[in-house]
Amino acid sequence: MMLMKYIDEYRDRDLIMKLAGRITASARHDYIFMEVCGGHTAAIHRFGIPALLPENIRLISGPGCPVCVTGTDFIDKTVAYSEMDDVIIATFGDLIRVPGSSSSLEKQKASGADIRIVFSALDALGIARTEKEKKVIFPGIGFETTAPGTAVTIRQALHERIENFFVLSAHKVMPPAMEAIVKEGTSINGFICPGHVAAVTGSSIFRFLPEKYGLGCVVTGFEPTDLLQAILMLIEQVNGKDPKVEIQYRRAVTAGGNPLAQKNIREVFVPSDAYWRGFGTIPASGLTPGRNYDRFDAEISMPVKVQYHEENEICICSEILRGLKNPCDCPLFADICSPENPVGACMVSGEGACSTWYRYKRER
Amino acid sequence: MKERITLNHGSGGRQTNELIRNLFASRFGMNEPLTDSAVLKKPEAALVFTTDAYVVDPVFFPGGNIGKLSVCGTVNDLAVSGARPEHIACSFIIEEGFPLDDLISIVDSMADEAARAGVRIVTGDTKVVGKGKCDKIFITTSGTGVIEKGREHIGSGSRVRAGDRLIINGPVGNHSIAVLGARNNLSFSTPVLSDCASLNHLTACIIDKCSDIHFMRDLTRGGLAGVLNELAGMTGRGITINESAVPVDEPVRGVCEMLGFDPLTLANEGKLLIVASARAEKEILRRLKSDPLGRDSTVIGEITESDKNMVILKTSSGGSRILDMPSGEQLPRIC
Amino acid sequence: MCLSIPVRIISIEGNMAEVSAGGTIFRAGMQMVEDARPGDYVLLHAGFAIQKISAEEAEETLRLLREINDADEVH
Repeated sequence: MMLMKYIDEYRDRDLIMKLAGRITASARHDYIFMEVCGGHTAAIHRFGIPALLPENIRLISGPGCPVCVTGTDFIDKTVAYSEMDDVIIATFGDLIRVPGSSSSLEKQKASGADIRIVFSALDALGIARTEKEKKVIFPGIGFETTAPGTAVTIRQALHERIENFFVLSAHKVMPPAMEAIVKEGTSINGFICPGHVAAVTGSSIFRFLPEKYGLGCVVTGFEPTDLLQAILMLIEQVNGKDPKVEIQYRRAVTAGGNPLAQKNIREVFVPSDAYWRGFGTIPASGLTPGRNYDRFDAEISMPVKVQYHEENEICICSEILRGLKNPCDCPLFADICSPENPVGACMVSGEGACSTWYRYKRER
Repeated sequence: MKERITLNHGSGGRQTNELIRNLFASRFGMNEPLTDSAVLKKPEAALVFTTDAYVVDPVFFPGGNIGKLSVCGTVNDLAVSGARPEHIACSFIIEEGFPLDDLISIVDSMADEAARAGVRIVTGDTKVVGKGKCDKIFITTSGTGVIEKGREHIGSGSRVRAGDRLIINGPVGNHSIAVLGARNNLSFSTPVLSDCASLNHLTACIIDKCSDIHFMRDLTRGGLAGVLNELAGMTGRGITINESAVPVDEPVRGVCEMLGFDPLTLANEGKLLIVASARAEKEILRRLKSDPLGRDSTVIGEITESDKNMVILKTSSGGSRILDMPSGEQLPRIC
Repeated sequence: MCLSIPVRIISIEGNMAEVSAGGTIFRAGMQMVEDARPGDYVLLHAGFAIQKISAEEAEETLRLLREINDADEVH
């Protein structure tokens, strides 16, 4: 089978086995490492990483899945927009099945709403370009990896004077949520930091972790050798009592990141208070179109009201997102709550902790 | 101006008659007088009967079209049961306004594929519905075949036992990706062609080893993962698959890695799973590889004593995980 | 997060590039990556190139990995 460059070399089985051996030899204490990236959650389980680690290393998932941390009201707003006659929702596939308080985009589509899956914000803009009589709304989810693309698209829309393109932004930034987890004390020994967020922001955004909290972190890639190498680096930081920001994912990440991408975020977005499932509202953790671009903000140009609904009381998504509980601790897990009938967002998203556990870890 | 199918073509009058005679009957080799039913000779062995409906978007895709699909699909359902496919019935529901040229292409494909598979299309029906009442064209085919004695266990898997080998005839996921690429809304273009093909000649070259063939099924919707889970459920056995043994073409991998798809859950239209006793593995592979549709045949796993009712995937990184029944349509992700 | 894989640039026209993932061609917005040329690899995420892959660092990582393991075998 032909190799895919920069992917398959990092899946080399011999390297994996030897790294696993080296980790076992170095793991002198108990370690708890948290990853805050849905991509890492999915990769860890897809490649069977936990089975390669000794018992004294525990990997837990934090609030790294953009779909999982987005509140129900975001879906409710998108559903409300989809019910308007002249609106097209052009959305990433990730949102289609997420349950709102009474419906989902998938159910709306089945009832006749014009909902289209796109791979890029630029595709959503393209729909606006061709369907001039309709209003195209693009629900913007994702962290610093995805936000620059939305920013570029909004700037493009301005440049072309496109009047019928709007963004409903749920974009968020990582560091405030990571700080919320650790600031009241934590048993976490170190962070596996999101490599693609850092490709944009640079690894320096994580400096507060060792500097303020004495916690180590390693900016990590997504292949099995990346994850194992990062775990080894974290073990060595803990063993040597030497917390710092290290980059494992050197082929894509530098301390300063991608200045052009950052410039686009700064140009279009301003920090805003954002609601994170499991955390409540975290100040300055969200991104909203700033004054010069606020006509592209769906909430400003086409405000819509949704009713507040209590989240399901038994669902423990919020504790799972904080790394306090595992999916199997939830009374609903694999019982009422499954990928076919998700109760909370952690089960819907392909990289939510619950969905990942369900697919990869159910007891034999 | 382009000629199109109208409601008149479906109303049973002169235009219906002309369409049937000049297009369907002539392409499918049906002789006059055209009767309402086809009279078939009673087969000497048991009769096998199947039906399937075909709805695909887009109707024309790289590697085939809905017509070719409708013949292959039904031929394959018969072939993997251990039968020799013989006769096909086809019914069309066509949306008003469907271009006549497209219908001719589709019918030509069906005639070509039937000839290639060695089956005859012996009866059919056409209806036309108003604009918007169906999505361009739907085709339903039913098929009959003949199954020799001693082969009935192949469809049910009743003889599947621990130690049996699992074999597939080539790379998975091609049909899904070819169709997805042709839909144009996920902005990728791929050289991948649908693997849509009639597999009855392939099964014919191994079927006389039927006492060693314990199960066959074609991999359609739900892909390899779907069929494996069905097999585990039907037989109560455990199944182990080696991830690195499952062939996946590189451009298919590219799409899967980019959009978050699992190639093991993608639809195929020219692939089958064979479960055979270990002692027959070598000979079956040899025969499969001598056929163009079996050139890339390979062993991908085996039936196990333990982990009953489950499918375990041994990952290429040395771990293992449960391979679940796929749920719902695979949606492209960015997260 | 997020799903992003290294893809090879095939051609660039203005702000958009055609990139290859195993032979399947995707379109990528190049607004955030300067000085990229056909043959370079970039990370493609949600229709945009977000960073160039450094061939030197990639090779260095592999070298380090192979070295870590070899050192082990000395024991």
